[in-house]
Amino acid sequence: MPGPSFVRREILPERAPPVFASGPVLWLRENLFSTWFNTTLTLLSLGFVWYVFGHTLPWIVQSSWTANSLTECRQQIAASHGPGTSGACWAVIRERYLQLIFGFYPSRLYWRPILAFVLTLAALCPILFTGLPRRLLWLSATAPFFVPWLLWGGSLWGLVAVALGFFLGYVAFRLVTPLVGELGGAIAAGLLPVLWWLFGAGPAAGLMQSILPLGIETVTSRAFGGFMLSITIGIVAITCSLPIGILLALGRQSDLFIVKTICVGFIEFIRGVPLITLLFVASLLLNYFLPPGTDFDIILRVVIMVTLFASAYMAEVIRGGLAALPKGQYEAADALGLDYWKAQRLIIMPQVLKISIPGIVSTFIGVFKDTTLVSIIGLLDPLGFSNAIRADTAWNGIVWELYGFIAAVFFMFCFAMSRYSMYLERKLATEHR
Amino acid sequence: MRKSVFLGALAVAGLAAGGAAAGTLDDVKARGKVNCGTNTGLVGFAAPDANGEWQGFDVAVCRAVAAAVLGDHMAVEFVPTTGRTRFTALASGEIDILSRNTTWTYTRDVDLRFTFIGVNYYDGQGFMVPKSLGVTSAKELDGATVCIQTGTTTELNLADFFRTNNISYEPVPIETNAEGQQQYLAGACDAYTTDVSGLAATRATFEDPTAHVILPEIVSKEPLGPLVRHGDDEWADVVRWTLFALIAAEEYGVTSANIDELAATPTSNPEINRLLGTEGDLGPMLGLPVDWAVKAIKAGGNYGELFEKYIGQNTPIGLARGLNAQWTEGGLLYAPPFR
Repeated sequence: MPGPSFVRREILPERAPPVFASGPVLWLRENLFSTWFNTTLTLLSLGFVWYVFGHTLPWIVQSSWTANSLTECRQQIAASHGPGTSGACWAVIRERYLQLIFGFYPSRLYWRPILAFVLTLAALCPILFTGLPRRLLWLSATAPFFVPWLLWGGSLWGLVAVALGFFLGYVAFRLVTPLVGELGGAIAAGLLPVLWWLFGAGPAAGLMQSILPLGIETVTSRAFGGFMLSITIGIVAITCSLPIGILLALGRQSDLFIVKTICVGFIEFIRGVPLITLLFVASLLLNYFLPPGTDFDIILRVVIMVTLFASAYMAEVIRGGLAALPKGQYEAADALGLDYWKAQRLIIMPQVLKISIPGIVSTFIGVFKDTTLVSIIGLLDPLGFSNAIRADTAWNGIVWELYGFIAAVFFMFCFAMSRYSMYLERKLATEHR
Repeated sequence: MRKSVFLGALAVAGLAAGGAAAGTLDDVKARGKVNCGTNTGLVGFAAPDANGEWQGFDVAVCRAVAAAVLGDHMAVEFVPTTGRTRFTALASGEIDILSRNTTWTYTRDVDLRFTFIGVNYYDGQGFMVPKSLGVTSAKELDGATVCIQTGTTTELNLADFFRTNNISYEPVPIETNAEGQQQYLAGACDAYTTDVSGLAATRATFEDPTAHVILPEIVSKEPLGPLVRHGDDEWADVVRWTLFALIAAEEYGVTSANIDELAATPTSNPEINRLLGTEGDLGPMLGLPVDWAVKAIKAGGNYGELFEKYIGQNTPIGLARGLNAQWTEGGLLYAPPFR
């Protein structure tokens, strides 16, 4: 006979979940030790991490910062950590970090590349972050003139003369377009500045310089080196390759036969040739073709070649984006009555660029790292400098410290680019998923 | 019409090229700087110091030439060149002298159309082995693994040596000297071969240099010297006699310490007087000032001083003079008479 059924009258107090089903332990169980297979993998990975750090961390920490040569480093490390200890000789970085960053740039003028770098970053900010006031774009427009002037120095009038070329192009476009139409205007806007730069700018700048000397000390391209060289080449190549790449990609899709042929030929040719070959052409072959005495700056030559190389790859990345865009978008743009350039600017490109962000940034990072190839043609980029520093009798035999430092700096830049691209992707993620 | 304009422009460019190539000495004087091709980094021979100034035994030749021609040993623009770019840089006129541990060979002199102006270091290829290997002669290296830089004359010399001695070896190809050091120390090869000066410099960097020996056999001749473009004999003479002035200065006992004294008044030795310009007019014959050799020697010292400063016994590299001693001391250095 059943007794009176038990009925709880008050609610039980909440209890914390068991320790195995909450917090970090739960996370560990779910993510690292969920099955015997995952447990094995976790243990193996931990062992591997332990092995790697167990060997590298002591080497990094048991180091010498104050020595003046590799032999002294070894003595110091042996004295403070016991004989037979292998430790890093970071003293080489202490003595040579300025050289690794600035190359042979005169030390009293270090403020100029630093200022140029800050200016470049400031000029990039309004382009990279749309939240900033639009008026800052003026900075972005003027920085490309001031940064080379700061780096190479020389007459301020040279800078003015170069800037005047762009102004002339704009004026020509405005004046010629009403007379002979848009194509004529575009041609005039392209031709006039080039003529000015080739024949007018030099004498005009010289004349003004003789009337009113205004300028800063000139630094030759041979003085450039280290990360300054890599960053200079990298930034120019990166910023120029995107617009050129877009134009090439559009040209490749074009119905105009000549435009299309030129673009396809350029892309296929540049992509089919290794960058090293282009660099050799820039540094060696051009010397044979140009008349002797022609002062065609070696860095400028290299920058042009790297930019062309990056542009060809960029064009293909953008073409991938163009191909991914549904045909309806093009038709919608046509249906709205937009002309070709308006359709590209307002409808097509915003979507294409968004699709292509990962590819674009990959290309950027690749180009930045490829700048180290210039050490093969004798320019002293960080890798070239690591070799030159090793050739000093005091530091001969040092390998990992220099490569480690260079790798760390490159990682910093590339990681920043990668994070920015992820930020941009998140910000632009508007489609419904 | 258009074609003729183009051809005309080409002809003008060609003439300009010919004109510029004819007088390197005048070009250098007008420019106020000597463009000197040097190594991107070779221990003892060329390396930038912490202040960014190039130092080394090869670099010193360029400094002496700049001092002789322009009176200022700092008036040198150093152009670092790699093994691949060096000859093109010289042929195209980017540099005036190539002073970059370059071996004087027949093809380079004749086929590549350069003029080697002399030898500033007599080198030769050798072998380094760990002492624990118990090898005392390169002929005992039968079956050994040998670290060797690819694409160099050392690779060919190595093959020749082992073939003539009818023994076998296994090459371990490496790209740079730094890689060679790492591989050798890690035990990837039994022996490391390159020029003896390079071996000595490499051994000096080891934690325990005494644990490694450089074997006595020298398997090749590597006369290293500066070179200039073929066909500009005036400039070649300037560079050649600057080098000879450094060598002769050592022979006659002229050093950077006593040169001011010796150059002030004519000494009892007419050879020294002619060299230092206190007698005769050897300088103007070259198109240089009378005291050209004084300036060149003062730039860094005579040959012996330079040797001791950069690669000699008191440096970590610690090379003995050997073949690079004066002819009076059993070496090969022999400057023709200054008269």
